[in-house]
Amino acid sequence: MRKRWLVVLTLTLGAALLMAADGSWLHKVPETERKRVNPLAGQAEAAAAGRVLFEENCAKCHGDDALGKHNRPSLRSERVAHATDGELAWLLKNGSAWKGMPSWSALPEPERWQIIAYLRSLPIESAPSANTNR
Amino acid sequence: MAWQALRVRRRLIARKGNLGGRFVDRGVDSLTSILRSGLAFLAGLVAWFALGAVVRAQEPPYFVTYSQALEEPGNLEVALKGLTASPKDANAFFSPTMEFEYGATAWWTTEVYVQGQATENDSTIFTGFRWENRFRVLPSEHWINPVLYVEYEDVNAADKSLLEVVGHDGISDLQLNNAESRGEVERELEGKLILSSNAKGWNFSENFIAEKNLKNEPWEFGYALAASRPLTLVARGRACVFCRQNFAAGAELYGGLATVHDFGFDGTSHYAGPTVNFTVPRGPTIGFSPQFGLNDNSVGVLWRFKVSYEIQQFRDLFRRAQ
Repeated sequence: MRKRWLVVLTLTLGAALLMAADGSWLHKVPETERKRVNPLAGQAEAAAAGRVLFEENCAKCHGDDALGKHNRPSLRSERVAHATDGELAWLLKNGSAWKGMPSWSALPEPERWQIIAYLRSLPIESAPSANTNR
Repeated sequence: MAWQALRVRRRLIARKGNLGGRFVDRGVDSLTSILRSGLAFLAGLVAWFALGAVVRAQEPPYFVTYSQALEEPGNLEVALKGLTASPKDANAFFSPTMEFEYGATAWWTTEVYVQGQATENDSTIFTGFRWENRFRVLPSEHWINPVLYVEYEDVNAADKSLLEVVGHDGISDLQLNNAESRGEVERELEGKLILSSNAKGWNFSENFIAEKNLKNEPWEFGYALAASRPLTLVARGRACVFCRQNFAAGAELYGGLATVHDFGFDGTSHYAGPTVNFTVPRGPTIGFSPQFGLNDNSVGVLWRFKVSYEIQQFRDLFRRAQ
């Protein structure tokens, strides 16, 4: 009996994690945050600075080419491309602790916008990949 | 330091005087060997640096206070934290602490400390280890972000790392010679409530500390407060070494709050001072802080430094490429 409960609990937790792996963080973004616009959008200098920051902070998990690494998501997916600036800013600030994405609130907000400016400068990789769905 | 241990130590000081002279000849050798070990450690880490396996950490420049920043999942930070001081009526000492901090998940960081100290005109000894865990409580950012901290310590009374100040910790703890104090091993549980906020580039952190010796001794309390900010909030478009984005500065204030029986400031020690961090791009982070004693029960000045290296995605070394 005890074993059965353990199996049920494990399956439930597994299902919860799988559901959370579909980019569900997008649903948590408050509307006011979602509408925010990158004040540095379109600035080549901001994207260049964002690249430096990306290489220092993000590339270790998401790869130098931002295509994802070891089950960690691509940042050149259509999901990321279609996310608003505000949604990406929210994710960088809050992280997604249960999914392994840490909060980057220790980075000053202008630096987070610089990273987003850099991500926007990357071409979209539309090839289907298991990583892009996270 | 445990309350009872402190009483024992004070009795010993009163009985024997404060400067043990039995290890005079070994004192200089002790400091030399510690420095040699430190240099060997640095050489090893420079090798890591040369291999490009390390990048910078995003932690505020604090030595005692904890912020909400946890280690990124999969990263291993190796650090050497040093403290040197010349307390009044006691021998000068150097206390190195090696830290191995690992980001188990985005909400859990675990850390092991190995500690020792070398006292002038005395000896060099290993003082013990600590195992610490920090848990992020809330899944997203708020004005105040709580983190829970639980630590098990197995250190002897000769420990001079002052990684935190609790209870009646004070200058008298540093006045015993090593032979007397090393035999007294203290096994303690320590909890901290870490509250931290990031706003407009600033970090503000407040820690409330409670520590319990596993023997029948009272709870001891302490606090730590800190604030810091990077020297600039905007990064430059090209990598640079001595530019403002690689520096962060701040200040720390911490001290003891006595025990559950006599909570307050009586017979406690307190310190405050500026702190600064310099992060070499794709290299180590170097921190420095002079911290000044604020009352007669405190050491005049504590000189602290820290060199840390973050080994990025350490766990990937054990994974097959995908």
